[in-house]
Order: sequence, then C-alpha cells, then structure tokens
Amino acid sequence: MRITIDEDRCCAAGQCVLAAPDVFDQRDDDGIVILLDADPGPDQHAAVRDAAAACPAAAIMVEE
Amino acid sequence: MVVVGASAAGVAVVETLRREGFDGPISLIGAELELPYDRPPLSKRMLSGQWTAERTVLRPRATVEGWNTDLRLATRAVRVDAAARRVILDDGDELAYGDLVIATGVRPRLLPGLPQVPGVHVLRTLADAVALRDALTDGPRLVVVGAGFLGAEAAAVACELGADVTLVSDLEAPLADVLGPELAGMLLDEHGRRGVRVETGVRADEVLVADGRASGVRLVDGRILPADEILVAIGAVPETGWLDGSGVPVGNGVFCDATCSAAPGVWAAGDVASWEHPGLGERIRLEHRTNAGEQGMAVARNLLAARAGRPATPFAPVPYVWSDQYDLTIQIYGRPRPGDALRIVEGSTAERSLVALHGRDGRVRAATGINRPRQTRAARALVARAAPWETGSAPEHGEREGVPA
Repeated sequence: MRITIDEDRCCAAGQCVLAAPDVFDQRDDDGIVILLDADPGPDQHAAVRDAAAACPAAAIMVEE
Repeated sequence: MVVVGASAAGVAVVETLRREGFDGPISLIGAELELPYDRPPLSKRMLSGQWTAERTVLRPRATVEGWNTDLRLATRAVRVDAAARRVILDDGDELAYGDLVIATGVRPRLLPGLPQVPGVHVLRTLADAVALRDALTDGPRLVVVGAGFLGAEAAAVACELGADVTLVSDLEAPLADVLGPELAGMLLDEHGRRGVRVETGVRADEVLVADGRASGVRLVDGRILPADEILVAIGAVPETGWLDGSGVPVGNGVFCDATCSAAPGVWAAGDVASWEHPGLGERIRLEHRTNAGEQGMAVARNLLAARAGRPATPFAPVPYVWSDQYDLTIQIYGRPRPGDALRIVEGSTAERSLVALHGRDGRVRAATGINRPRQTRAARALVARAAPWETGSAPEHGEREGVPA
C-alpha cells in the first residue's frame, strides 16, 4: 500500500484521524493532515481505505 | 445494481461496493456532463478562481474507469417501478435492478416567481460556479439572498474578489440558527469588517428586472437593493420528483429506516436521504458533504449484508460540517439548535479562535470550533457520547474517539 496526500485539498476535517489514528494526524495550527506512515502494515489497510473514502476533500490517494 | 446520482454519495456507494468485493454489474447514472466532482469547492476555492474546474474531480479518471461500471453521464432517471424493480432513464432505456441506491441529492430552492434572466444565479453545479465566478470579475454589485453556509461563503469569496456585496439574512445574523447568537454575532462582525453589508432579520420579496436582466432585490419591508448580480441561496429541496408514483416513500427526502433502506431493494444516501438516526432518536436529513461519503459507505455495506442474509447496521454518525469564510474555518460536530446553551471552553471570539459546546436537555449535543481544528476534533467525543452538560467542559486529553459509523 502506498498513501499520498494532497495537502492543498485538505480541509482539516480530521475524518482520517478518526478512521486511522495510527496513520494520520493533524497539524496543531491549521489542522492540515500529517501522514505518519505512507506504507502501513496490512492491519491498517482497511482503516486507511475507510479514511480515504471518508475524506470530505478527496485529499487521500491509496495505491495498492 | 443501479446507483442513481454520481456525486459524493453515489461515488462512495460504488467505491465501497467494489472495495468490499462486489463484482457484479453496476450502472451509475449521473445527470451532469462532467465526471463526478466535489461540491464544497464550488463556494470556496473554485469560486475564488484559485482552483480550476478540473481540480474539483472526486476521483481521477483512471480510478473511475477502474470501478468497471456502466457509467452514464448527462442522463437522468425519470421513473422507478419498485414492484418490477426497474429504472427508466430519460433516453428511454430501462434498467432492471436487484438493488437501487437513490443518491440524487438536492436542487436549489428558488424564490417564488424568480425570473430566469441574466444576472440571476444559484450555486449547486460546476456550471453554476463557473457562471458566478465569471460574473464577479469586474467588481459588480452582488446581492446574496440567504445567509446559510452557501450564501455566507459565497459572500466572503465575492467580497475578497472585489465585489460590492450585500448579504440578506432572515435571521439576526448569518447562521444564527446553527451557531447561536454569540458565535453568529462574531460572524456578522467579520462580514461587516470585511466590507460586506449584511441586512439582517429581513427576507427578499422579489428579484427586479430591467432591460432583460436582474437589476435588484426588493425586500419584504419595501426597500430595494440595486444589484448587477444576484445569488439566490435560500436552501435546497430534495430531488425526489422522479420517484412520484414509484412506491418508494417520499416526503422531505426519501424516507428510509435506520439502515437507510426505503423499500425492499431500495436504499438512499446523501442529501436526498431522510432516515431514522438511532442515536438522536429522530428522523433527519443532512445536506453536508461528509455525510454523503459516510452514508454512501454505510449503504453499500448494508446492501451487501442484506444480500448475504446478514443483519444491516443502523447508520448513526456524528454529523459534521465545515465552512470557510475569509480566514475563518468553522467546524461543527453534532446538530446544534436554536436555544441551545453555549459554553466556550477554549479560546474566545476576540481571539477569533475557539472551541464551544452546545448543550440541550442536560447533555452536550454539538461542538463548534473556529480556527482550532485539532482541538475541535477532540471535542467530538463529548458529542458522540452526549456527555453530561455540567461536567462536560474541556475535552479530556488523550480521550479516544470513536471511529465514524
């Protein structure tokens, strides 16, 4: 799995952190997404796909 | 499988169906010409010109093609026969379905008798946004009728583009029914500080026309606001007309049960779906982008569960909406109502950065954040568990939040 983030699209909703808190975080000042792990293990894959699907700004891309 | 509506909710349905292993045929029907695109930017960075239209696509073309669907754009479903399980399209085609997902969204509500003349705008589609953006280039006088999320955002963008903007709010301040008087008052001040005139506590009566184009707005108190361009942003109505006589229950939206099922083999997701929210104990319909994605995912999973003879799961999200106005990012979890108690637990209106809780019936019912995204997300947990109002003050650090349903 390879995760890429489009920071310019990110709207700081934090839905990704709710779905996959081990993979995503938010910056303190503006809430923009921080990618903690661009290639997480299989135990995270379902959560990451949920995060990408739930992102209201379509800012998370997942390649497998 | 037929999914009617190719915006955020319809896309989430298709994407989730494929992700969960459904490999049968799917028809995805979209009324608009473009590949599925995202609507929040239409009143934000698309309207401001920072983004081109291409930037608003929901998924890259290769991803959409990878779903291997029978994608029919610029096509409308005009009728459903729920007993025969068939959808009839405007090009005369008929599609049989095992399951139908209704994700047709909403259309702008119009003022009664609104003239269809140049200078009159609504803002729902990409074409609407392009037309309004093009109309704002020469610093026109713009009257925005309606100061909900859409109207307030468009007013902010137009003001920053140099338009002479008047915002007409039927409440005492923009979004006062959602934010409450204190936070809405801050928003009112912000619009005023930026140079937007806000007419509060008054409705528009009619759009005036001169020489075949819009010339102003008459308010119900008789005053006339001269205008070159007018944006009507007074809410939206569910796109359910095509379901009349279908046997699918329709009222204010498609009436669904708690699992988003409206009839055997019929489901609804997104702005058009009205469902019994099990946590809130009431029927709700949300016109928010995040819900479209979450509900689309939930419907896909419930539909597959029903097919497999497994029980469907009630859909019980914590509603979330955000709004960008000037340099303010406003984020709301839950469903605040007029009359809720309000407690600012971090920051202040003076700092233009805060987290506030909305209380009702002794419980935390909603949380609003302004320019504090991370801290606002922490407050979501208080909303999710309806924390007691008296003790639910600042979010506890390290409190583990639930995953969205």
